[in-house]
Amino acid sequence: MAIFLTGQSRVMIQGITGSEGSKHGARMLAAGTRVVGGTNPRKAGQTVELNGVDVPVFGTVADTMAATGADVSVVFVPAAGTKSAVIEAIDARIPLCIVITEGIPVHDTAEFWAYASAAGNRTRIIGPNCPGVASPGKSNAGIIPADITSEGRIGLVSKSGTLTYQMMYELRDIGFSTAVGIGGDPVIGTTHIDCLQAFQEDPETDAIVMIGEIGGDAEERAGAFIEQHVTKPVVGYVAGFTAPEGKTMGHAGAIISGSSGTAQAKKEALEKAGVRVGKTPSETAALVRGLF
Amino acid sequence: MDLFEYQAKELFAEYGVPVQPGKVARTPEEARVVAAEFAAQGHPLVVVKAQVKTGGRGKAGGVKLANGPDEAYEKASQILGMDIKGLTVHSVLIAQAVDIAAEYYLSFLLDRANRTFLSICSVQGGMEIEEVAHTSPEAVARIPVSPLTGVDAVKAAEIIAAGRIPADAAEGAALLAERLWAMFADEDATLVEVNPMAVTEDGVVLAVDGKVTLDDNAAFRQEHARFEDLSSTDPIEARAKAKHLNYVKLEGEVGIIGNGAGLVMSTLDVVAYAGQSFGGIRPANFLDIGGGASAEVMANGLEIVLSDPSVRSVFVNVFGGITSCDAVANGIVSAIAMLEERGDHVDRPIVVRLDGNNAIEGRRILEEAAIGVVEQVGTMDGAAARAAELASAAAKGA
Repeated sequence: MAIFLTGQSRVMIQGITGSEGSKHGARMLAAGTRVVGGTNPRKAGQTVELNGVDVPVFGTVADTMAATGADVSVVFVPAAGTKSAVIEAIDARIPLCIVITEGIPVHDTAEFWAYASAAGNRTRIIGPNCPGVASPGKSNAGIIPADITSEGRIGLVSKSGTLTYQMMYELRDIGFSTAVGIGGDPVIGTTHIDCLQAFQEDPETDAIVMIGEIGGDAEERAGAFIEQHVTKPVVGYVAGFTAPEGKTMGHAGAIISGSSGTAQAKKEALEKAGVRVGKTPSETAALVRGLF
Repeated sequence: MDLFEYQAKELFAEYGVPVQPGKVARTPEEARVVAAEFAAQGHPLVVVKAQVKTGGRGKAGGVKLANGPDEAYEKASQILGMDIKGLTVHSVLIAQAVDIAAEYYLSFLLDRANRTFLSICSVQGGMEIEEVAHTSPEAVARIPVSPLTGVDAVKAAEIIAAGRIPADAAEGAALLAERLWAMFADEDATLVEVNPMAVTEDGVVLAVDGKVTLDDNAAFRQEHARFEDLSSTDPIEARAKAKHLNYVKLEGEVGIIGNGAGLVMSTLDVVAYAGQSFGGIRPANFLDIGGGASAEVMANGLEIVLSDPSVRSVFVNVFGGITSCDAVANGIVSAIAMLEERGDHVDRPIVVRLDGNNAIEGRRILEEAAIGVVEQVGTMDGAAARAAELASAAAKGA
């Protein structure tokens, strides 16, 4: 099973001929992902060699889907072009669109999110500014290193890339059903709550790790959701206890404004919902280990 | 990026949002000149306003009325150099005084939780909107604004009506709202706040104060660099920015270098946590060198972190993912060689934790390089404790 991304997923890449798109396309193929094609309007009809495989290039998302049956798109196009790339994917009604690109103006993200909502949310958007989705042993869509972990029964949802990798690596002997990097921007498509719900329903996931960071109130709302709807054990970690108010900590969304968005408030909200929250990534991994 | 009031009002004026005439002054003499210009135009009465990026300037004595150039000079002398909530006043805005009949509130902002934009409008202006929302929530209207349709004349009128702005000011306020939205959208702002939005005795609606936050991610399509405030930027932060490093200065003793925003944030926490056992040692900075962690970026990062005199030890915390640990280890070795070549002697201990892909090979490379200041610890928690211990020992020795 896994969530969002399975061994059957047919993955395409928007921006497949660019440096990031081709580099990570090759890595995805090496990880066993079914990469079926990609787009570059100027190179439609050509192929691009990724990891020894000739992958077809199309002009549009719709053409790629029609020719290859692609049902997942991974977006690597530069920030200035991301909004139109995502809107194109929504218009083509692709079920899942994973936006890796970082540095997208939030007005653009708000606009493509509103566009997706107005279109009835037929396209699930993950990101932007995220590492993607990995279902180890099945498929890998994005930039998560495939060889740091193994297949197993932990579900992971995280705002942060390298913290995700750290956790996947520390728990590589237990393994993961799916790891979802939802991204650290102020506006994102798929939220902690969406992933918690999907993991709760996934028969191949036994426990959930949730990694949050300062900024916004997504963790607080996730806590309320867990209290009501999640019966599987959840272990949490929150980064940014030492972050000062008003300073952006790397991610555009990681900023404490006024009294809201602090790590302490998030930790308390999660603990109130019965989530065990680790003080450090290692302690968090140890809490998860205790469940298996 | 947050703007000063005078910068916000420059943008307002560009978009036709009415503001009273004003100019920024950085010395009392400049204040006198501006006030003399206004006096010559028949407006001797001016407001001298401290330009600092925080609220509560009035209460702190940072806003004063002045009648004529001499008084403007005097009031500017009092305000310039003042400390308001830890911020030094480097400039004042000299604005023509207006007769205010009533004060309202209007803003547009990003609503993170609902992933859309929001307008807040209230008939009670001039004070913190959080306070109004607390004492009289019914007086604060929140109107969602779709990124797809924005604010036209009809939507603007709806916002003003929802805020219960009185009929005599409604038309002017709606026009102001429409233009303010144009600015919010076209300039890639995440917050524009007009508080107070005032109506004068003559029935003119204008922005008497303004707060603007611009989206740094939009820098590639905006001309916002002109608003950058170099006077109050930390000098190390400014140098880091010039080298395209994601660096934030903090008040502590352990310099931090890591890859990935979340991991670095977590590293700060783990160091502060470990530092409690060593007399309150804390992280000295945030520095994310990104996923790649190349030798040159590592060298620049080390140089920036070590240029902070309060740094007593450095903790390099790297998780090898796509860039595996052997490459990172080689990067660290050549970074230190690069610094020595440049004449930047590395004189403080560096604790390195390498984990992830090819960690064993990476650790071996560092070990064989046998660099005196470099010490390896296998776990993040252990390395943080060691870095805190070394910083504490160095602080005692100093």
